[in-house]
Amino acid sequence: MKRGFAFLSLLIIAAMALAACGPSAAAPTSAPSGGAQATNAPAQPTSASSGSGGAYNCTDAIGCVTVAPDAPLKIAALQSISGDTASLGTDQVRAVKIAIDDQGGKFMGHDINLEVEDDGCNSEGGTTGAQKIVSDPQVVGIIGTSCSGAAVPASQIMSQAGLVMISGSNTAPALTSVTGSEKGPSWQPGYFRTAHNDRFQGRAAATFVHDELGFTKAASINDGDPYTEGLTTVFDQVFKSLGGQNVQSTAVDKSQTDMRPVLTSVAAAGAQVVYFPIFEPAGDYIVKQSKDVEGFSNIKLMGADGLLSDTFVKNVGQDGVGMYFSGPATPSGDAYSAFVKKYQDKFGEKPIQAFHAHAYDAANMLFAALKKVTVKDSDGTLHIPRQGLRDALYATKDFKGLTGTLTCDQYGDCGAPKINIVRLDDPSAGIEGLRSNVIKTYDYSGGQ
Amino acid sequence: MQKSLPQAEKRGFIQANFVGIMIWLLRIVTVVIVAWGAYNSISSGTYSLSQWKDLVIFGLAQGGMYGLIALGYTLIYGILGFINFAHGDIFMSGMMVGYFVADDLNSLGFWNAHPVFSLLIILAVSMATSSLVAVIIERIAYKPLRNAPRLIPLITSIGASFSLEYLFKGLFGAAAKSYPDMTSIDGFLNIGGFHILKTQALVLGGVLVMMVFLYWFVEHTRAGKSIRAVAEDKEIAALMGVNVERTIIITFALGGAMAGAAGLFYALVFNQVYFLAGFVPGIKAFTAAVLGGIGNIPGAMVGGVTLGLLESLGPVLILAGLGIPSPHQLSDVVAFAVLTLVLIFRPTGLLGERLSQEKA
Amino acid sequence: MAEAMNPTPSTPPAVPPVPDEAVRVAPGISYRKAFRYGMIGGLVLITFATIGALQTFQTKSIINGELNLGYLGLGLLPLIMGLLAARMPEAKEGYVQAKPGPRNLIAGLMVGFVSGELLLDFALFVQVVNIRPVFINVSPQMASLIAFGQANQANGLALLLLTTTILGGIGGLLEVLPKAWRSALVGGLTWVVMVGLFDVVFSAFFRGAKLQQIDSFLYSAAGGLHLNGAMLVFIVAASLYFVRESQGKAIGRRYRQLPDPARRSVKYGGLAALVLILLILPELLGPFISEVLDLVGIYMLMGLGLNIVVGLAGLLDLGYVAFFAVGAYTTAVLTSPASPAVAPELTFWLAIPFVLLAAALAGLIVGTPVLRMRGDYLAIVTLGFGEIARLLVTSAWFKPLLGGAQGILKIPAIVIHDFVGAPIVFNTPPKVLYLVALFCLIAAYVSWRLKDSRVGRAWMAMREDEDVAEAMGVNIVEAKLKAFITGAVLASIGGALFATKIGSIFPNSFNIIVSITVLVIIIVGGMGSIPGVVVGAFVLEGVPQLLREFQDFQFLAYGILLIIMMLYRPEGLIPSREWARELHEEEMSQDAWLKDVKQQDDEAAESGAPAAD
Repeated sequence: MKRGFAFLSLLIIAAMALAACGPSAAAPTSAPSGGAQATNAPAQPTSASSGSGGAYNCTDAIGCVTVAPDAPLKIAALQSISGDTASLGTDQVRAVKIAIDDQGGKFMGHDINLEVEDDGCNSEGGTTGAQKIVSDPQVVGIIGTSCSGAAVPASQIMSQAGLVMISGSNTAPALTSVTGSEKGPSWQPGYFRTAHNDRFQGRAAATFVHDELGFTKAASINDGDPYTEGLTTVFDQVFKSLGGQNVQSTAVDKSQTDMRPVLTSVAAAGAQVVYFPIFEPAGDYIVKQSKDVEGFSNIKLMGADGLLSDTFVKNVGQDGVGMYFSGPATPSGDAYSAFVKKYQDKFGEKPIQAFHAHAYDAANMLFAALKKVTVKDSDGTLHIPRQGLRDALYATKDFKGLTGTLTCDQYGDCGAPKINIVRLDDPSAGIEGLRSNVIKTYDYSGGQ
Repeated sequence: MQKSLPQAEKRGFIQANFVGIMIWLLRIVTVVIVAWGAYNSISSGTYSLSQWKDLVIFGLAQGGMYGLIALGYTLIYGILGFINFAHGDIFMSGMMVGYFVADDLNSLGFWNAHPVFSLLIILAVSMATSSLVAVIIERIAYKPLRNAPRLIPLITSIGASFSLEYLFKGLFGAAAKSYPDMTSIDGFLNIGGFHILKTQALVLGGVLVMMVFLYWFVEHTRAGKSIRAVAEDKEIAALMGVNVERTIIITFALGGAMAGAAGLFYALVFNQVYFLAGFVPGIKAFTAAVLGGIGNIPGAMVGGVTLGLLESLGPVLILAGLGIPSPHQLSDVVAFAVLTLVLIFRPTGLLGERLSQEKA
Repeated sequence: MAEAMNPTPSTPPAVPPVPDEAVRVAPGISYRKAFRYGMIGGLVLITFATIGALQTFQTKSIINGELNLGYLGLGLLPLIMGLLAARMPEAKEGYVQAKPGPRNLIAGLMVGFVSGELLLDFALFVQVVNIRPVFINVSPQMASLIAFGQANQANGLALLLLTTTILGGIGGLLEVLPKAWRSALVGGLTWVVMVGLFDVVFSAFFRGAKLQQIDSFLYSAAGGLHLNGAMLVFIVAASLYFVRESQGKAIGRRYRQLPDPARRSVKYGGLAALVLILLILPELLGPFISEVLDLVGIYMLMGLGLNIVVGLAGLLDLGYVAFFAVGAYTTAVLTSPASPAVAPELTFWLAIPFVLLAAALAGLIVGTPVLRMRGDYLAIVTLGFGEIARLLVTSAWFKPLLGGAQGILKIPAIVIHDFVGAPIVFNTPPKVLYLVALFCLIAAYVSWRLKDSRVGRAWMAMREDEDVAEAMGVNIVEAKLKAFITGAVLASIGGALFATKIGSIFPNSFNIIVSITVLVIIIVGGMGSIPGVVVGAFVLEGVPQLLREFQDFQFLAYGILLIIMMLYRPEGLIPSREWARELHEEEMSQDAWLKDVKQQDDEAAESGAPAAD
């Protein structure tokens, strides 16, 4: 038995060695190199003439989805609906449901069926949820994910399956484009987003702090989350390029409760403002404890959309007066008020987080593109070309959404890059009061 | 047989020395790192003396709270010989229930009108709740496992910890709840050149009071005597007429009460309570208890304070001096590293073990 | 014996003769106990509703239109409590077991009634007193759910009471039924619930096997089973259980009576069929189920590793995720072109030796400081190491090497170069499943061999009593280090597979939850037992992934499961022999003693001498 075991192990090692060496031709990996994938150049959308009699011949590069006369049109939502980030995803799922209601619950005579999966706000969740969705070949598009970490694997899976995915809250630059002139490392064909790219938000925050507030020494604190870290990196870069000095770029851990040492550090470094685009409860602790640290009375605090929620305003109260926040420009106007009313009637509370309108726009953008490319037979069967759908989405131009006029670029960024800087003056006005107290808006649409 | 003996001896010699050599190396490396880091930090002059003092105060206040929670761990370990992982959540439960009472008091205007009275009420509520939860868990989950091998109650306590946390989440929701602001304890005090927050002073004072109370209870009451007796030897204590069951219940209740008090102090300093608020402090408090010597009441406090100081000063004093970026992220690393080092060099903790040996 | 104790001669003192036929019957069902169980049941029901489980579970349909998971939970509770209350108390030594009768049924009914009554009172209470500001889930919807959604609430509540009472009664009835019927009923119901709950798995299987008709017969498009499908499942399962109970022994006997060659062919034939099924299963089940099984497999791999550290060597390691992270990050750094500092872009197979080396180093680093530490201290220090690992991979300090919070992306999938034809790329879940299964098999084999080897025995000796083991010549230092290193190696392979499977790693995946999950897997599965780890991985990783909608209640379920398992079955679901023996030592030795006494009694009775003491 012993000899057998030794022999077996030798065999395994030999097999592995053999597997490792081999013709050194470039092995096709599943990494998103974008090489062998379908092209991203907006091609001519396939003919969308409806009611054309006769058999439909699917000439699409990827394939077509055929929806039988009495079958529903299937779309999916891959959002974070449980755990700490549940409010982020729940908000967006509800917005998608409202968008479906606005269509009358039907698309070209077919019921709209929404499959909701949980992305867990991490990569395993994104993977498993995406796999579950693409296992049904009838699904045409996904509204998701909530978190950028989940989007990296999920976009890859859905892209390879031929679907499209539009996110209302992913902001990590890597998913579309980091520089604005080339694909990001995690770019996938078929991935879009109506949320802004973080390189705009970090930029807006830094520009505001330098130009409007006139500060030259800034500190930044992130919490080890890819989203916050990305934001502070951009902030530091832009602030430096504007001539400012990053006196302290540090991080805390999400589970930390005692922020006083780090705040003491920031004060000791001589910062005039500290940008901490993090989440609750760490953000709450920083604000409240900044009052306890000597020398912080003159330092301005600035957060981001992670803290733009009702619970934060309530928890922080008077201690947060004078604090700035950067965040996506909240929509306004009649269309938005109508949306909020619909939300309240259907779900019994006001929208919770900052990205509900983005998700609503994402769903409507999907429907608009579907309308353009779907071919409907006389008997009611729908034919949806997958590549055609992608092309139509890439070709989205001047789409009127709640968050602005959306135009998609070649990398999938459709969000109106409008960033609001707001200030908390009156905690009793709640989150609406905060969001409407706009100090400055930065609009980066129409060029870098 | 005869031939192998010298070889075994030789191997054993090298083995024993391997461990010894490693430990000496570790000692040297640690001292070098700490000294170098500290020297760099202090000489760079980034922090003024008052800021260093502030850091010390933060550490003391935080450490006092850890110590209070650690007292519960140490009491239970002394009696039953296992770690109650659910202790952190017992701490949280008192805080959580206290929040609802505080909220009600606030909406009645009572909260700010009679601050001392309100605080006492919340203290009582918090301590009572934590005590109750501790005893309930003991009755349900730990009592039947009194004689099981040590691993089993440990696992059960992990289960109890999860159950409590997510039960509270289901009952009260996941959102963080904020204690109402108490204006009379806002602001600073100046004591002997130390610029200290009123809440921190309150916490330090409260912790001291609790410590004294506990010491008196364990040393000078009958119940305390029975606790010490059971901690020393359960069977003999039973033979001597001590009601072991009742003693165990009293111990859990006492440890729970301490945790509840710590909960109130925590709420005063940090204001926020949510269902996972007990998880990390629980681990830290356990670390503190082990650091000081588990089963040892003064040890729990010493361990707590040490841990608090390490977390507060460590990153700034040592890590920043070594040139490590974003050192505050790694405050837990410092804490756990020190725990490991202490346990290597002094396996029974800073003050040694045994609840009952303090008299000796 | 009596003679030795009382040296007085012949005449024993006058003792009233105890007639031989007087059969002392054990006490039967206690109604007080039933009432108490009812109260507990009622409290649990109220908690079930208050934490929001009732509402959330409603979304999952078991039988479409008839039964959803929320009501199943509501109904299962009185059933189980009724069963427990109606269970005949075990006859103590010298007593004869009482026969089940109508008292059991009454007890069950009582339990159901009391628990339903409590829930009813609660529903009425919350209508009057608004406790929503504190208990956020207590909403009008919840009250109406308790009343079965009936418009007329009084009707609904009456219906509720009736239902719980009947279910309690059924629980009690189960005790009265003969074993075969009871097994059939319970088995049938369990299977209906399973098939309804895990419709994703069964559906995928049927569709993959091109058996769509079965799929559409069983399941309704709106979710859950069709009523006909449910009945079919019930009948099939119940009959199978019935047959097993009544004929099972006969079949077993016949199998044992088979001549050797025939028996061997049956055994190997069965094995071959199993292997064949397992080979085609991944492709059959489709990508999603394969994805879930991939994760189950990775956790199984880690479970096997931790099984060695905790189960065999007795070292309670609560920071196992550190080794997982080492494996994942080493693989990522060595194979990904996006690795920040060095990007050698090795293939997976070339990177494996380095991964193993890194793991061994990590095992050494973790194992050396804890050599002299005792059980509880070891636990907290290893917990600390796990947290240190997480903080370091997130930290800005290691960002240049490990990517910090942004993680490392673009990890290539595993490729096997075939000398003929195209290389095999493992980039779909079913394909990865083959690899994962292969590594699991290797790990299981290694675990199994280690258990019976010198090292394994050294570990078990060390686990039992360190000092004695050392006195017997076991080199404790070596044994401990070897245990940590082996555990580290297995976990790091799991990490490597994880990294290549997902293609990107982020530091927030390496948290303490992973350590705790693996620990719970081996505890609940059965410490020290390999089949136990397999079962544990399926139950504790597979089920939560399949029921992802209820993730909020996952950890509550973990906690309760842990407590219940530790109280009633600490050796785990599939225990290893040594552990079961150790845990139930007292009962086993008492049973053995009892048997011995009985034997002596019988012998004495036969020979006519007075009974021994």
